[in-house]
Amino acid sequence: MSRPLIHRKPGRLALPPTFLFLAGAFAAAWLLVSLFGRGQFLSAANITNIFIRSVALGIVAVGQSFTILGGSIDLSVAHLISVTAVMSSFIMQGDSANIARAVAVVVAIGLGVGLLNGLIITKLRVNALIATLGTGLFMQGLLSTSFQNFAGAVAPEFEVFAYGTWGPVPIPVAVLLVVAALGVLVMHRTRFGAYLYAVGGNREVARLSGLRTDRVLIGAHVIASLSAVLTGLFIAARLGAGAPWVGQDGVYDLESIAAVVVGGTALAGGRGGVLGTLAGVLIFSIMDAMFNQLGTGAFLKQVFRGLIIIAAVASYSFRSKEEVS
Amino acid sequence: MAANTTPAQQGRRDGPPILEMRGITKRFPGVVALDGVSFDVRAGEVHALVGENGAGKSTLMKILSGAYTPDEGTLLFEGEPISFSHPWEAQQKGISIIYQEFNLLPYRTVAENIFLGREPVRRGLLDYGKLYQDTAELLARLGVDQWIRPDTLVKDLSVARQQLVEIAKALSFSSKVLVMDEPTAALTDREVELLMELVRRLRDEGLGIVYISHRFKEIFAIADRITVLKDGRKVGTVDAADVTPDDLIRMMIGRPLETFYPEYARPEEIGEPVLEVVGGGNDVLDDIHLTVRAGEIVGVAGLQGSGRTELLRAIFGVQPFTRGIVRLRGHEVRIRSPLDAVRLRIGFLTENRKEEGLALLQPVRDNVLLVHRALRALLAQANGGPSVAELASRVDLRAAGLDQEVQYLSGGNQQKVVLAKWLAVDADVLLFSDPTRGIDVNAKAAIHRLIRSLARGGKAILLASSELPEIIGMSDRIVVMWDGRIHGELPAGAAEAEIMALATGQRRGATGQRGGRPA
Repeated sequence: MSRPLIHRKPGRLALPPTFLFLAGAFAAAWLLVSLFGRGQFLSAANITNIFIRSVALGIVAVGQSFTILGGSIDLSVAHLISVTAVMSSFIMQGDSANIARAVAVVVAIGLGVGLLNGLIITKLRVNALIATLGTGLFMQGLLSTSFQNFAGAVAPEFEVFAYGTWGPVPIPVAVLLVVAALGVLVMHRTRFGAYLYAVGGNREVARLSGLRTDRVLIGAHVIASLSAVLTGLFIAARLGAGAPWVGQDGVYDLESIAAVVVGGTALAGGRGGVLGTLAGVLIFSIMDAMFNQLGTGAFLKQVFRGLIIIAAVASYSFRSKEEVS
Repeated sequence: MAANTTPAQQGRRDGPPILEMRGITKRFPGVVALDGVSFDVRAGEVHALVGENGAGKSTLMKILSGAYTPDEGTLLFEGEPISFSHPWEAQQKGISIIYQEFNLLPYRTVAENIFLGREPVRRGLLDYGKLYQDTAELLARLGVDQWIRPDTLVKDLSVARQQLVEIAKALSFSSKVLVMDEPTAALTDREVELLMELVRRLRDEGLGIVYISHRFKEIFAIADRITVLKDGRKVGTVDAADVTPDDLIRMMIGRPLETFYPEYARPEEIGEPVLEVVGGGNDVLDDIHLTVRAGEIVGVAGLQGSGRTELLRAIFGVQPFTRGIVRLRGHEVRIRSPLDAVRLRIGFLTENRKEEGLALLQPVRDNVLLVHRALRALLAQANGGPSVAELASRVDLRAAGLDQEVQYLSGGNQQKVVLAKWLAVDADVLLFSDPTRGIDVNAKAAIHRLIRSLARGGKAILLASSELPEIIGMSDRIVVMWDGRIHGELPAGAAEAEIMALATGQRRGATGQRGGRPA
């Protein structure tokens, strides 16, 4: 075997086409704000602001990438975010001594919900959309009957998660970047990630290759639920307390799916990745910041968000001449 | 087995079988798919498995892989009895099967596909360096490393190269038996040559290879032994050196026509050309010249992958022609979609009546009026539109009533509903693709009579079928497809052997041919 062997950088972290969109969105926002807006688009404060806006959606969207990549989906994340925000601040009651307990409880809830979602989908063979809609409504119902308003308060020390800085970097942004890096690592550098691509790409091929497809999907749902818990904790820290509507108000279920899809992950599964999702989230944040600086209403913001989602997915379809989602 | 033995097989052939299947019987509801079939492969030989569609080849291989369990019979691997409950187990043992439809993930790399489920890991993380190194070595061993790189996405490879990836994947399991199901169906001549070379090399390395193919040229080029299956039984196993292609064809066919078919059209019943295709072609078809006249049934014969169904799909606009001219009643027409075809009164009846022909949960009435309504874009009123009852009696439908859901009808009656649907819009070109598949004998005869009576009524009919007796019994003229082209044309009542000779690429027909094959 003395033939020259092919050597190339392992793994493929080539930037997805979403980053073209991201660059375009950034350039457009910069141009429009400089021409018509007030304030500087390129200021450090504004850029930091864009990243901070991305944290809540970004974390849960990284988790959502896993379910969608596996050919599944999770509609329960918004409700789990509400449950986490309320339960964590309710348990903490403003006392730092309760932080560990509160976090442990909500992480356990997240594990349970992810496991339940995965089991319902794989073992009871309920369509993922329906299964997670069901668990989400179930959670929301329990939460809304138990709590009508902001419940308890997070400990002041816990607010560091939302407002602290680490040198020049806000801690929530650092957390988002760490979560994304972990997501990339798991997706591209572990067997689980490789299996997830296989299960999402073609479940029969995965099965014929001896993979335990059910376990892979359950794992993806656990990851999605844990990411929702982290987002819920961040929101509680930012608001100082959790209310039973915070998840739905943020539309984290549909927006996380939109970010994943704008990020170039096929809704049918099997291709895409976390980096694209991150770009998708940033595109949304840049657009939000731009519209704020241009002083247009929330209505127009939504219109454009809708257009971006359709334009992005249509362009991927067009590029690959096949349906992306 | 020394790797440097010459390709002469004498010594090897007498060795004990590495894999043996004894008296395998497999029954499905209403049909015996395999009846006491025995089959074996020795190390270092290529054993070809041939037979018509439905002869039982796939069932036999599915039993080998563990996808089906046999009702009777035993499997021996290296002398030990074995049984697999999952294809994965067979692969672990060293039996790899490469199916016609690939089991590859298009958006993953060659390396990721080959080692799926067995990726090398170092400190918990994938070791891509080793993954690519192992893959490169494997591809080098196969001698295909100049064509395939480990880090290419599978979707970017040609079909032939994807085939090579499948083989590499099979060999990465240290396979001892390799089953190849129609491996050359989608390959060009040059690629077939390369594949043949590779198969010979693997044989010389001591693998036992089962080679399923319809292509006699390849079989005689590569096989040491040939086993012929017919209707679920083994006709025989012969040494390839001892038989001619004609012998093989005789073994594959030679059954009397079991059902009675209606009479052929009389010359005066055949009218003007209704459908004409001149030089039609697309991705899979080329150089199609075809005329169907009023009152005439033209049969389309051809093996799987020959372009038989694709021809009908092209005419109906599902995968439209991209070249050539289509004329309908003398006028040039463009059929870009099924809607175009329907507007031109072309009807299509497929073997997948449940998926492609019927809304199963809807009653007979709505199914019959489906196309009619689509054309009107309005619901037919009670007083408007064709009479469903009349149409039902025209096709001799046996249903509890017009409001019965079609899912409860028998296969034959379901096909009649599909037919009525096209009669409701006065379709005068009817395309049939295996119209009687999965239908019992009596209902078959009824459908056949119905098709003939439609021809008598002046319809132009194109009938594609995988069953030769049906083609021969029904057609006033037969065109035989091979390799995406019309390979020859035969008159009514042609012999099965003549058709098979054309369909396996043995000889070219005399009529309707023009142009050579592009390289």
